Amino acid sequence: MSEHSTYTPGSGIEKWLDERLPIIRFSKEHLMDFPTPKNLNYWWTFGAILVMCLGIQIVTGVILAMHYTPNIGMAFDSVEHIRRDVNGGRMIQSFHAVGASMFFAAVYIHIFRGMYFGSYKAPREILWILGVLIFLLMMATAFMGYVLPWGQMSGWAATVITNIFAAIPIVGTPILELLRGGFSVGNPTLNRFFSLHYLLPFVIAAVVALHIWALHVPGNNNPIGVDVKDKQRDTLPFHPYYTMKDAFGMVLFLIPFAWFAFFAPDILGHPDNYIQFNSQVTPAHIVPEWYFLPFYAILRAIDFNLLFIDSKLLGVIFFGGSILILFFLPWLDTSKVRSGNFRPMFKWFYWLFVVNFVALTYLGAQPADGIYVVLSKICTAYYFIHFIVILPVLGRIETPRPLPTSISESVLGKAH
Amino acid sequence: MFNTKTILAAVALVASLALPAVAQEGHATPHIEKQSWSFAGIFGTYDQNQLQRGFQVFREVCSNCHSARLIAFRTLAEEGGPGFSEEQVKALAAEYEIADPTADGGVRKGVPADFWPSPFATEQDARDANGGALPPDFSVLAKARGVKEEGLWWILNYFTGYSEGGPDYIHALLNGYHEEAPEGFELAEGKYYNDYFPGHAIGMGPPLADGLVSYEVAEGEAEVPLTLQQYSTDVAAFMMWLGEPHLAGRKQTGFVVLLFLVLFAGLMYATKRRIWQGIEH
Repeated sequence: MSEHSTYTPGSGIEKWLDERLPIIRFSKEHLMDFPTPKNLNYWWTFGAILVMCLGIQIVTGVILAMHYTPNIGMAFDSVEHIRRDVNGGRMIQSFHAVGASMFFAAVYIHIFRGMYFGSYKAPREILWILGVLIFLLMMATAFMGYVLPWGQMSGWAATVITNIFAAIPIVGTPILELLRGGFSVGNPTLNRFFSLHYLLPFVIAAVVALHIWALHVPGNNNPIGVDVKDKQRDTLPFHPYYTMKDAFGMVLFLIPFAWFAFFAPDILGHPDNYIQFNSQVTPAHIVPEWYFLPFYAILRAIDFNLLFIDSKLLGVIFFGGSILILFFLPWLDTSKVRSGNFRPMFKWFYWLFVVNFVALTYLGAQPADGIYVVLSKICTAYYFIHFIVILPVLGRIETPRPLPTSISESVLGKAH
Repeated sequence: MFNTKTILAAVALVASLALPAVAQEGHATPHIEKQSWSFAGIFGTYDQNQLQRGFQVFREVCSNCHSARLIAFRTLAEEGGPGFSEEQVKALAAEYEIADPTADGGVRKGVPADFWPSPFATEQDARDANGGALPPDFSVLAKARGVKEEGLWWILNYFTGYSEGGPDYIHALLNGYHEEAPEGFELAEGKYYNDYFPGHAIGMGPPLADGLVSYEVAEGEAEVPLTLQQYSTDVAAFMMWLGEPHLAGRKQTGFVVLLFLVLFAGLMYATKRRIWQGIEH
């Protein structure tokens, strides 16, 4: 780790501690003095917002677990018990449920910010990969958490998603049975999902620590994507400048958060989840939560066989591939220029990709017939073309606009 | 510099979404009208009189077949609800017999802590008494139903906080019966045709009719019409209360929290500006 600290132990105790566990030195270096580019915009506050989201989910979740009963006969009623009879329970439950949606909203903004400003490029590949890993863990955690209230959508989501694994040749069925703890979704499924749902957030927290470590080695990327040249002129200490800016961003983010939690706690979910799970009754439309819809659309778009691969397995390959491909993004994008601001062609394709992603979200919620199937296929194809064809080619044919020589030059040149 | 791009993105998004709707079913479901509920919006609270009327309809009609197993009698005396006194609730609970294996003879009089007794002992009993159909439990039924918005109007709901699709649906369903199924619709024996029920063939006969329940009118209060329209509105509101007994308190807290957050954000912004003063960034 680089030395940015001007820390000198102020008292005897601090000196004693510093020689044994330099935790104060570490905190001062990384939470206060850390040199941060002075030109970060508000899109960069989402890192801090995400830490807050994880904190809210863990705190509310630990309290919910004190009152929740992971048993198929009692789970549904115990969630209602929390909302009706536990002191403050309705707010804790609604903050946890709405919090999951807000967490994903923030993580999507964070990911798309990284994509636009090329934050995945050298030397931040590991940082990016850890981020994708966190995203994957979040998806697993959110999915298992969604099963816990044991409503119709919970049970059917568990059925549909575990079924995906059955498509894998040879090991598919054993994996399916391991996930479910039996041949069908039942009490063992609920118990293991509850156990894992409690475990994974702490794994996420650990990977977040690595993510921040990997961030603090090269330091932040920034909107112009030019490396820090002169610490004195290009950077500011993290505290108070960015602690303040991030704190403001967090409070701002809490406004829509509170809006949903207090005034429309159910609007992001499905009415069907207020019906207790019944494995004999299939809901008319099984739709995942909104944050899974783009990937669900990709899964459903593949309804054809390819050579010896049947449609079910092929769907799973595309579904998994759509997330796994993110791991390779640092090497798929061949352009040396980080920031989209200086890439005239990339900018257009970036926004097309965003529109395509939103379209996939929309299509994931629509019934799988008629025009929607065709559109899903087009959007799925474009999703992969963006990564496999457009990004590698753009880096070769695009002429980037001239880059400012340094952050301070770009800052001073800006019209006020 | 994001503005033009953002606008373009939004335009492209709208274009991609404004696609032809799904093909209509043979027998279309009419549009469900939004009702004006006292509990809608950020200042929404329940109308105490309406909840009392709805409770009367529930007690005299619905509860003969429908359970409400998550509702304790004591809830009826809680703040923001129908506003019964503790004595009234005590007396009401005592009118019901509660199955209790530890009591003499296996039953005892109800107390406020008891939950609303179900009209049938088992699911099978309920089905047997209702031609095979299971009358759903009322506890959270108003939240288990919704209205599917056409086109992109649902986006607007995120800004208005519209969460009354359940009562809107229940109100429409209770008013959606037809004496005879439309031509060409095969209605099974023992089923009834309803405009709003998915698939239109519902096992429940029209439960309410004009004049079925006589509301008691307190002195000096306006007469309430004894119509299906009135009953269905009242019972739908009551069912929303069953699902969300603490809705009013939640919204009141929410208003204070939002007000605080907006003011706090303003202060935070001012502080941030002050700290960043004189720094080119």
